[in-house]
Amino acid sequence: MANLIEIKGVTHAYKTPNGPLPVLDGLEIAVPEGEFAAVVGPSGCGKSTLTRLIAGLMKPDRGEVWLHGRLVKSPRKTVGMAFQNPVMLEWRTILQNVILPLEIVAPSMPRKDRIARAEELLALVGLGGFEDKRPSELSGGMRQRASLCRAIVHKPDVLIMDEPFGALDAFTREDLWQTMHELRAKEPFTAVLITHDLRESVYLGDQVFVLSGRPATTQYVLDVTYPGDGMRRLEGLYTPEAAAMLATLREQIQIAQGRHPGPAVH
Amino acid sequence: MDLLRKIGVPVAAILIFLGFWEFLVWVNGWPNYVMASPSDLPDAYIRFWNLFLTGSWQTLWRTVAGLGIAVVAGTLVGMVMGFSRIARDGLYPLLVGFNAVPKATLVPVLALLFIGQHNFNTVLMAFLISFFPIAVSVGIGLSTLEPEYRDILRSLGASRFTIFRKIALPKTLPEFFGALKVSVTLAFIGTNLVEIISPHGKGLGALFLSGQTNSNYPLMFAVLIALAVLGILLYYAVVALERIFAGWAERPQG
Ligand SMILES: Nc1ncnc2c1ncn2[C@@H]1O[C@H](COP(=O)(O)OP(=O)(O)OP(=O)(O)O)[C@@H](O)[C@H]1O
Ligand SMILES: [Mg+2]
Repeated sequence: MANLIEIKGVTHAYKTPNGPLPVLDGLEIAVPEGEFAAVVGPSGCGKSTLTRLIAGLMKPDRGEVWLHGRLVKSPRKTVGMAFQNPVMLEWRTILQNVILPLEIVAPSMPRKDRIARAEELLALVGLGGFEDKRPSELSGGMRQRASLCRAIVHKPDVLIMDEPFGALDAFTREDLWQTMHELRAKEPFTAVLITHDLRESVYLGDQVFVLSGRPATTQYVLDVTYPGDGMRRLEGLYTPEAAAMLATLREQIQIAQGRHPGPAVH
Repeated sequence: MDLLRKIGVPVAAILIFLGFWEFLVWVNGWPNYVMASPSDLPDAYIRFWNLFLTGSWQTLWRTVAGLGIAVVAGTLVGMVMGFSRIARDGLYPLLVGFNAVPKATLVPVLALLFIGQHNFNTVLMAFLISFFPIAVSVGIGLSTLEPEYRDILRSLGASRFTIFRKIALPKTLPEFFGALKVSVTLAFIGTNLVEIISPHGKGLGALFLSGQTNSNYPLMFAVLIALAVLGILLYYAVVALERIFAGWAERPQG
């Protein structure tokens, strides 16, 4: 199967008053169509920068980002994005916030279809009944869930999520992992998920990319395999296979943080 | 109960104020030509009611016209300043300097420039004096828009205009209305300034002047009160618009 997302030798530095700050250094990531890539790495290593590059919000200094076999030069309508700090438009209700992408991507879609679509997603993430609330009336975790709905409302074929479950309690988070799997089965998409939760990365990801410390390179790639792979279940996280994967990732993160002497594995 | 508080309290405050005024004049034994008392006013209104009506209308429409132009021009200049750093750096000192010029000095300048164009002069002054807060607030509102807001739509490939219409504009509305509340009062002052200072004026300002020339002191005070009422009306009209268009920015109290 062809790679839907391809990041080839991407290098980027921010201009700061103290000179350039190199953030990414020759990053390589490839995600086949329909697969779910989890990305983990030390704090501040450039993960959010990576999401902005994939979305076409920024251009890399060097290297290329390809989506669907086309070089990314600017943002695309077929991308859905959930940002690390989910800003909601305060002057819109939650429902209107979720509908927003449809107004851009599908301007001719009838109003009642838009509303139905948004209501369906809000119910899916446990926000049924909050449609007409203002963002300021919701908790941080609820806003994050609404932002997730906004990212997928227009059925993007590429979904980029930057720590979308960061502000959630453990139970809601596990619920949403399950929801994510159901959603994928129903509306297939190719996803890049930034996370700092290793269990989340092996539960949702088909591959886990470990980035090194700043400037980030692709330090390690883990292929996630469960015994008798089918619909993934939370119990799967307690199998010896999962434990081994988590141990590998934990070790890699420590190397990335520079806490572990020893050769980096490529 | 709520309604009683909202309307009753201000009305009571006004009545207390009028009572205090009446009392002060009575206690000091001030004659009419030093300080008129509230009880003198109804007589002035009854005698000159048609002058008050036409005067109020003239003052009102010229204020609103000037303010309207200030809103359009101020928003446009604010947009230019909000989107371009160079424009911001270039225009800001110019605007500040312009705003610092006492507007009373402009009345003779305008009167000479546009001789006899009394309506035009008045509207122009209302515009000049009320333009600054709007331009600055729109400019600052747009230039301080957090990039996260823009990115929501930018990541979908939305055009700059769409981003402006759906994000930047509504996001700036609370600041805009904050400025408009200042500007409406300023425009009103600008209109009155021209009406009073320039010869052959119209509106409530001219009525004030004619009260002065004829030593009709109750008339002068009656005009002042009428101006206050008109100013209050204009201000609360803006507040009502703010409720409609930027009511979301009001935090629930608690
Ligand atoms: N617009 C910017 N200008 C300058 N430096 C920036 C900018 N955005 C991010 N940086 C810097 O680039 C580095 C990487 O930032 P980025 O947000 O991509 O990290 P991250 O991996 O997402 O971190 P976290 O895990 O904390 O979310 C950080 O050191 C940050 O300070
Ligand atoms: Mg980040």
